[in-house]
Amino acid sequence: MQKNKMYDKEKVLAGLTIFVIIVTFPFWYNMGKAAPAPEIKLSDKAKAAKVCVAPKSFMTAEHMQILDVWRESVVRNKKRLYSSLDGKNYNMSLSTGEDSCIGCHVSKADFCDRCHTYASVRPYCWDCHIEPKENK
Amino acid sequence: MKNSRRSFLKISGLSALSLSSLSIGNVLASSAGVTNTSPIGDASVKPEALQAKKWAMVVDVKKLAENKRYEACIEICHKIHNVPNMPNKRHEVKWIWEDEFKHVFPGQEHEHIPDEFKEIPFLVLCNHCENPSCVQACPTKATFKRDDGIVLMDFHRCIGCRFCMAACPYGSRSFNFFDPRPFIEEVNPEFPTRMKGVVEKCNFCAERLAKGQQPACVEVSEGALIFGDLGDHESEVSQILKKRFAIRRKPNLGSGPQIYYLV
Ligand code: HEC
Ligand code: HEC
Ligand code: HEC
Repeated sequence: MQKNKMYDKEKVLAGLTIFVIIVTFPFWYNMGKAAPAPEIKLSDKAKAAKVCVAPKSFMTAEHMQILDVWRESVVRNKKRLYSSLDGKNYNMSLSTGEDSCIGCHVSKADFCDRCHTYASVRPYCWDCHIEPKENK
Repeated sequence: MKNSRRSFLKISGLSALSLSSLSIGNVLASSAGVTNTSPIGDASVKPEALQAKKWAMVVDVKKLAENKRYEACIEICHKIHNVPNMPNKRHEVKWIWEDEFKHVFPGQEHEHIPDEFKEIPFLVLCNHCENPSCVQACPTKATFKRDDGIVLMDFHRCIGCRFCMAACPYGSRSFNFFDPRPFIEEVNPEFPTRMKGVVEKCNFCAERLAKGQQPACVEVSEGALIFGDLGDHESEVSQILKKRFAIRRKPNLGSGPQIYYLV
């Protein structure tokens, strides 16, 4: 039974405890402090339109995908008219015209930015595309 | 404790196996059941869009000198496309501008050219070449040639390497050394600006053609600029070029410029 003896038991255990505390520190330090999911405000215009350019679940998760498809289509393939699966027509644009993303979601601050700030994404699109003038 | 290593290996082997079979199962299940229908709708060309086999422009040099609309042409273009007005000439950004005969047609000037040609300004812009060297130089395909002949830039792909500027024999391209926004007097919300670090040039008003409109410079030129389809023999540009002699810039380079100057 000599084999099973643990040498310097106290030191080892103390060291282990300190190690575990340090490793888990970020978790319990942030406990209960999780930022609440952002609440996005649909503009009156979007409310009136009722539907987006694709089903909501898809838009929530994959809107960057559709933007990529749109810019490719407009700039490289000359196709600027979009017909959604529910048969509505839109002018394919991020930032210009009544039926562009920003034409319908008129407040970038209350819509796009709410999510993006929360998720720490900063799309660089607005270096060129013109933001709506927010009427705060 | 004696068998601990063996039992440890057994247990970890078993758990690895079960985990991997779980994920394989997941992959199989998802590829079997789900059909890949995209929720993204269809894209098409707007019915009102102007279309052509080969867009080209004819510049009626004398008419332009008479009606003096060159400044109006430059102004409207730079205004609607948010082209900045840089204070330092070395940082200048331009899509269409004026220059003198000896610069526009180098090698074709001589002592006995009529005075009127020596003095009048010529409007110059991207030549939308048939065989564009900028397209060949671009490493990201940000500059490309559309099937209707327009040499266009996809600003989303431009990495600012400026190979295209070196390749262009006409100096039609400008680089944004700075953020252009502070140098745009009045931003047109209908067209995106550019940003620091990208190249830009004339787009033959692709965004206007898509709406069924002629290029802006043509519209304000009072007939001195004529725009149309050289792939269509009945078009106005084809008819004019059949009747009147026109020259092009540096034709011997083989780039096939599509801006024709009536002299
Ligand atoms: C004509 C109006 C209209 C246009 C144009 C439009 N949307 Fe929407 N969008 C809506 C509406 C209405 C909803 C909410 C749909 C619902 O609740 O079922 C929505 C939902 C969304 C959502 C999900 C929000 C959430 O709560 O998760 C995103 C993201 C979004 N849109 C982005 C875009 C983008 C990007 C574009 C341009 C490609 C665009 N929208 C164009 C009306 C529009
Ligand atoms: C429901 C929340 C939500 C809304 C509303 C929303 N976004 Fe996003 N967006 C995200 C998230 C999360 C990401 C990051 C996704 C990732 O990185 O995988 C993102 C990423 C993007 C990207 C890609 C950025 C990059 O750098 O790759 C673009 C472009 C974008 N959003 C545009 C918009 C526009 C325009 C609107 C408003 C019309 C909008 N989004 C509204 C949540 C949202
Ligand atoms: C360097 C400047 C620049 C940046 C950065 C940029 N764009 Fe663009 N974008 C343009 C220009 C210029 C056009 C051409 C507009 C036209 O022909 O009507 C355009 C066109 C588009 C179009 C189609 C037409 C329209 O009016 O919207 C979409 C969609 C688009 N961009 C999406 C994006 C997205 C999403 C981002 C960010 C991830 C982005 N762009 C970043 C300059 C830029």
